[in-house]
Amino acid sequence: MSLTSVPKPISGPSSYLDDRIGAGNFLKRNLRKVFPDHWSFLLGEIALYSFIVLLLTGTFLTFFFKPSMEHVIYDGSYDALKGVGMSAAYASTLEISFDVRGGLLMRQMHHWAALLFIAGMMVHMLRVFFTGAYRKPRELNWIIGVIMLSLALFEGLTGYSLPDDLLSGAGLRITEGVAISLPLVGTWITFFLFGGEYPGEDIIARFYSLHILLIPGVLLALISAHMILMWVQKHTQMPGKGRTNNNVVGAPFYPAFMAKAGAYFMFTFGVIALLGTFAQINPIWLFGPYTPADISAGSQPDYYMGFLEGSLRLMPAWEINVLGFTLPLSVIIPALVPLGIVMTGLALYPFIEQWVTGDRREHHVADRPRNNPHRTAIGMAGITFYGLLWLLGANDEISWTFHVSLNWTTYVGRVLVFVGPVITYIVTYRICLGLQRSDAAVIGHGVESGVIKRLPHGEYIEVHVPPAEDIEAHMRGKEPIPVVSGADTEPNGIPPKGLRGPIGKLKAKMSKAYGGEKIPLDDGHGHGPAHDDAGEHAAVGATDDKSITH
Amino acid sequence: MTDNMKDIEQPDERVPKRVVGTPSPSASTALLGREENTGTVDVPGVDLQDEKTAKKGERIAALLFTVTFLSGIAFIVSYVAFQVGDVESAKLSNMTLGGSLTLALLSLASGLVVWVRMVMPKYKLVQERHAMASDGETRAYVGETFLQGAAESGITKRPLLRRTLLAAAAPLGLAPLVLLRDLGPSYSDFPEKLRHTVWGEKTKEGKHRKLVVEGTGAPIRAADFNSPGGILSVVPEGYEHDLNALAKATLILIKFRPEELKSGTNLNWTHEGIVAYSKICTHVGCPAALYEQTTHHILCPCHQSTFDAADGAKVVFGPAARPLPQLPIAVDEEGYLVATGDFNVPVGPSFWERGDAEAEVRENGSQS
Repeated sequence: MSLTSVPKPISGPSSYLDDRIGAGNFLKRNLRKVFPDHWSFLLGEIALYSFIVLLLTGTFLTFFFKPSMEHVIYDGSYDALKGVGMSAAYASTLEISFDVRGGLLMRQMHHWAALLFIAGMMVHMLRVFFTGAYRKPRELNWIIGVIMLSLALFEGLTGYSLPDDLLSGAGLRITEGVAISLPLVGTWITFFLFGGEYPGEDIIARFYSLHILLIPGVLLALISAHMILMWVQKHTQMPGKGRTNNNVVGAPFYPAFMAKAGAYFMFTFGVIALLGTFAQINPIWLFGPYTPADISAGSQPDYYMGFLEGSLRLMPAWEINVLGFTLPLSVIIPALVPLGIVMTGLALYPFIEQWVTGDRREHHVADRPRNNPHRTAIGMAGITFYGLLWLLGANDEISWTFHVSLNWTTYVGRVLVFVGPVITYIVTYRICLGLQRSDAAVIGHGVESGVIKRLPHGEYIEVHVPPAEDIEAHMRGKEPIPVVSGADTEPNGIPPKGLRGPIGKLKAKMSKAYGGEKIPLDDGHGHGPAHDDAGEHAAVGATDDKSITH
Repeated sequence: MTDNMKDIEQPDERVPKRVVGTPSPSASTALLGREENTGTVDVPGVDLQDEKTAKKGERIAALLFTVTFLSGIAFIVSYVAFQVGDVESAKLSNMTLGGSLTLALLSLASGLVVWVRMVMPKYKLVQERHAMASDGETRAYVGETFLQGAAESGITKRPLLRRTLLAAAAPLGLAPLVLLRDLGPSYSDFPEKLRHTVWGEKTKEGKHRKLVVEGTGAPIRAADFNSPGGILSVVPEGYEHDLNALAKATLILIKFRPEELKSGTNLNWTHEGIVAYSKICTHVGCPAALYEQTTHHILCPCHQSTFDAADGAKVVFGPAARPLPQLPIAVDEEGYLVATGDFNVPVGPSFWERGDAEAEVRENGSQS
């Protein structure tokens, strides 16, 4: 059957809407909006769909959860805890798990979706970072992303504190211990947060309203802004045949992208359902109700808090008293410094890079990570720093599993956290250059064809053929990284304004190291894709090394 | 926005000229209601599937959608068929509900993918991109309009209006902050609260407070707690279920042979080798619950701060900076362990106003 006119049930309401809000204009512009294709562009969608699952399952949970610390005696269907005194919050979580049909499923799906939400955000962010997709004009969306990631961490923290089981209480206790250690305001913050002394009777109700209303509300607003900006600015694309900075190549929103996105949502939802069904998570009934007097060994936060846990564990004892006031540096430093380095570093990176390269152009073609070796190396160093802290958040498990001394695990960790990122930086930088060389070899000499040819004088050679068109276009998408103009002034010459003085000199130095063309694709025979940005950036790329002129 | 619309109106060679389902400019026709050939149009960048593949795709997708249909029914059936009320049935209900939901979602997803990949065309459409910035003319217009509006409003030339408006906003902005005051307790000497525990209070009868075992609430007869290396988690009598009290007053009670105790331990506060330390770790407040008999080490499982229980619980490893405070204990006339006073320093994590309480105690001690 083939339609010859739009059916009435669709045309009727659409016309109604068009008459009132001019929906036609919007649809005209957007029905066939083109979305570029690359597997890595789907990572952010994992986070988006997980968030939707979180809203759905979370709403269900609120219907049954009681955010109260009122003391009750448990009388539900979990025998092991019958007659035990506990908070109403914990009792209602047990009720959700055992006495509400589908309750356990929703609880476990909610928890898994939370883990996937943050994992999705993290890998999406890494993709954007390593491909340079945060560059102008997308810096604002990058900042929104960093804020969302920070909020999501806090959302997770408030979430797993709610059931008020022994494990969740241990997390809360550590949160309190960290908050109270802050100079000047620590005591005030904790007494206001907890409504008095720890644990008090207010914190769960307060975290509840933060967790189900305030933070998700802000997240929802930011997600909308994130989507709108993405829609307006259009997606970046990987370099390739026919793809330039001035076009978008891909599938239309309607019908292909829409259906794909729907499928992807269903896959995400399905995988969360699969995990929620078959992979037990946070079996709160095994932990028992919270009391500040008890703890179970091997207590661990959810993975996204692991790096903070690791830094707390690694830090050596250090506390100073000044003028009768106490600075517990062994808490303040690990709690604030790594988080500060990671989050501030992420937020500022686009602007620092702009400052170093002097590059104020719009970028819509994503970089291949190898083509900006310093950025890639910095990113990998960051991952190593974060990853080591995260790993050492489980130093007791490592020591237990591998039968090594706990103390030595910690001592080694203290050194690795500083040395590891440096090694990773150097290794990554070298790997990137190696990969660039291999690209240059493919462009310059072709690829091995598998055909062996015997020359008249008896020598055997393997025939190299030119690379496939699309692969070559993908490789030729490489652009030299800009260098601020004037950075290559002779030692005795006068540098341009802005590059004088100590900061200017540093900028020139960094710019020269960061930018330029390290391994030219064509051995200096000229550069593939056209540059239409000559005028203003004439100096771009034409710097120290045997490189390109336009 | 205006810029965007202009772009769209310019015909573009690489975009399909006629977009399926969109209205013609004539305003009289209904949206999406126009007579139109909605059969697939042959346009560049749209690579149609051959009929054989499409037919196959249709069948596979239909099969998968049918699986979703059936699993959806199975979900509803399991909701009704499998009741909950004990651990085993909750497990079964979880498996059937979750299993059917998973199957429904995953086969729906797979069906959609088959539809896109085997039935829909392969697309390689190209759209132009334009610089995000508006042109100079637009910017100039916006700038002028802004200034004109500011002038019309009078905000620039009427300072009285401007200043009183600002003044009016300030207290209103502060009002919500003021409202937050009652989030905190009515008293403001928070740090003082942190310096005391319920061990400092005598019982109603005016006696020293008994140490009781956490969980059972049984008082501890010193003569019964006599095997060296023994350890108990202890709470104050009368506060067994008061979490606020427990957060500061929980103890770890250890029995030593008297000769094992070293100088760091205040022997006057022990009773025949029985020592009581605060169980609340001085790092960030987890209960330091693990004890290794052979080394006399108390270990906090959260961040592995390790304390030497034989030597005044001084720190031997980890991020904690201070020893676990020791509680003065003795026995009452019936032979039960009691606290003869409060800790002489604040327990638990450090805080700004804490100061070097240990040093103060040492100074006061040497003076007296």
